[in-house]
Amino acid sequence: MSDPLNAAALLANFVVVPAVAYGSQLALGALGVTLIYGILRFSNFAHGDTMAFGTMFTILFTWWFQSMGISLGPLPTALLALPFAIASCAIFVLLSDRLVYRFYRQQRADPVIFVIASVGVMFVMNGVVRFIIGPDDQNFNDGERFIIKAREFKQMTGLAEGISIKVSQGITVVTMIIVVAALFWFLNKTRTGKSMRAYSDNEDLALLSGINPDRVVMVTWILAAALATIAGTLYGLDKSFKPFTYFQLLLPIFAAAIVGGLGNPLGAIAGGFVIAFSEITVTYAYKKFANYIVPGDWKADGLMQLLSTNYKFAVSFLILLLVLLFRPTGIFKGKSV
Amino acid sequence: MNGALRNVVYFLIMAGLIVAVGQMQSWNVALSIVNLCLISSIMALGVNIQWGYAGLFNVGVMGFAALGGMAAMLISMPPVKEAWAVAGGGTAIGLLIFVSTAVAAVLVYRKLPKGTLRTTIVMAIVILGYVLLRIFFDPTTNTIEKVNPAASGYLGGFGLPILLSWPVGGLLAGAVAWVVGKITLGLRSDYLAIATLGISEIIVAVLKHEDWLTRGVKNVNGLPRPVPYEINLQKAEWFLSLCERLGVDHVTFSSIFVKLCYSLLFLTVLLLILWLSERALRSPWGRMMRAIRDNEVSANAMGKNITARHLQVFVLGSVVVGIAGAMLTTLDGQLTPSSYQPLRFTFLIWVMVIVGGSGNNWGAVLGGFVIWFFWIEAEPMGIWLMNFITSGMAIDNPLRLHLIESAAHMRLMTMGLILLLALRFSPRGLIPERTQQK
Repeated sequence: MSDPLNAAALLANFVVVPAVAYGSQLALGALGVTLIYGILRFSNFAHGDTMAFGTMFTILFTWWFQSMGISLGPLPTALLALPFAIASCAIFVLLSDRLVYRFYRQQRADPVIFVIASVGVMFVMNGVVRFIIGPDDQNFNDGERFIIKAREFKQMTGLAEGISIKVSQGITVVTMIIVVAALFWFLNKTRTGKSMRAYSDNEDLALLSGINPDRVVMVTWILAAALATIAGTLYGLDKSFKPFTYFQLLLPIFAAAIVGGLGNPLGAIAGGFVIAFSEITVTYAYKKFANYIVPGDWKADGLMQLLSTNYKFAVSFLILLLVLLFRPTGIFKGKSV
Repeated sequence: MNGALRNVVYFLIMAGLIVAVGQMQSWNVALSIVNLCLISSIMALGVNIQWGYAGLFNVGVMGFAALGGMAAMLISMPPVKEAWAVAGGGTAIGLLIFVSTAVAAVLVYRKLPKGTLRTTIVMAIVILGYVLLRIFFDPTTNTIEKVNPAASGYLGGFGLPILLSWPVGGLLAGAVAWVVGKITLGLRSDYLAIATLGISEIIVAVLKHEDWLTRGVKNVNGLPRPVPYEINLQKAEWFLSLCERLGVDHVTFSSIFVKLCYSLLFLTVLLLILWLSERALRSPWGRMMRAIRDNEVSANAMGKNITARHLQVFVLGSVVVGIAGAMLTTLDGQLTPSSYQPLRFTFLIWVMVIVGGSGNNWGAVLGGFVIWFFWIEAEPMGIWLMNFITSGMAIDNPLRLHLIESAAHMRLMTMGLILLLALRFSPRGLIPERTQQK
């Protein structure tokens, strides 16, 4: 029999809620990539591992706070650890700029040299993370687990399908909105933010008007480190922390940034959600949904899954290819140097 | 010391290191290092064709090597008769759908004028083909995987000599490279890097999860060899008399003899590819490639089609990587999809090319030898170093245990550091590119 209400609840629970949370995490990651691209003009392959690096600090500080008995009650302790982790990650990232990228900037090297250098940095970071915290899964989520449990939702509405929202998902979305609002305020209203945008639009003109390039680059790295740490921590709270997973996040993050138009912050956010929603809708098994929606006694045989979850990163890849085929500059016009 | 002499000295030092391993550890270890050095050199040659000749940054070396590996398995393994008996028809239909989709897509691509319409129609055909394939072929894969899953559970291969798989692996890798290159080349350079990163992850995912094709993570063991088996050698008359004449133990020598056979095969391929690469680099084509790499604008003004030449060189490099991938699986004697790690198959090769000397084929070969040698020997060195550093601590000190346990991860950091240091302080590598004509 046809039952659209339950079908909608089912879809909300397994597609919409996870996709919104995942999309927020991707959007934050893609914002970091896009900022680096806009200001420093290269695709930073180390970004995934910067996320892992920042998250590692969050975990270490969380453990430390937990050992001292500090907690945030229903919220995860990781939120308290976040500012310290951002600071630590920013210091390391600035150090990497000082030791690696600055030399090539002065040389005015090809963008591809920067990309290769960022691959080197990626390895060093990856090595440091595995060395300190190990290659295994770490779960550092404490506090309450759910905002709404599926059972409570069922009792409230009387539906057969429940919707559950995890605390980590709620935190992800709220944090994303706050961070994005703050970032846009910074880029559009403050003097430093405006000078960054000017530098991104036209480097020579910006330099002529007396903008200090070192300062712009420094602020960019700090912002990128902050965004990476926040994105990584949220992803880790929502799923779990594993260094290799963060390396694999690189592909969806790049895809998100390119879909939105590299160098365009608004595009990065849109791209994050496009990638997240496509990935989850394509890999979701629609069997139960079809049974609800199709009238009569018809039952779906098979899972009705468009693509197995094993290939979920193929979705970001395909979207990437489609965008490159039809609109190489992205949905929102980005840079195409 | 002039350049040529210096290069000879480099190779002599390398040979000396291998001899040292042979004397100090064993000749078996030394020869297995040599074999992998040879394969690494070929992969490095392939990457050097892309990066050194044309400045293309391929982050998907792993995927192309994996395609070669898959070719080695598919060509050499005997077909599984039971699976073909129950699923032959389904497979034929699947293949038919696949081929007709490809043919239709290519035809439309050829016939229609360039534009959004053409791309849309091609996409629609591909999506339709995928849906049909899922509907008709999915039941067949289940049937195949149910046939004796512990021992086979896949279709098997063609049962042809494994040496044939080397060129086939190259062709397979080249075909995939053509598709990726066709889409991403001509756009900015980062896109190629990101797209190759994606395609290599997908190829390895296919190898891991399409059990009907590759047995997935259950691995395919016991690929037929192109060289004799130790056990047969130990029974052969001529081999025993050879051992007697040389005065060596026939069991040890049989495994050394097998490794030598492999070395000979690999060396032949290496020399052939090296010779071809050198010829290409010195030809007008090679000079054109360098001109495009160093100044695209003026090369374009001279009437060179940059995107087409980039596509050509990208495919050629990937073919070489595919050949090396097939050779590696031949040497291993098994296809283990989970062994394809980006660190080992993509970034290590990159370190080889950059340390060896991008743009110089001999440099790539030397880089392949040097980096592989240290990659293998780094682990014992790292453990030794950690033991040395922590020797002052108590035996059950948690920090000491952690450090020793983490020594394996030092490889990542070391490779990253070598890459960064080489790029910064010796960007032209051990054997720099020759730019002047004599």
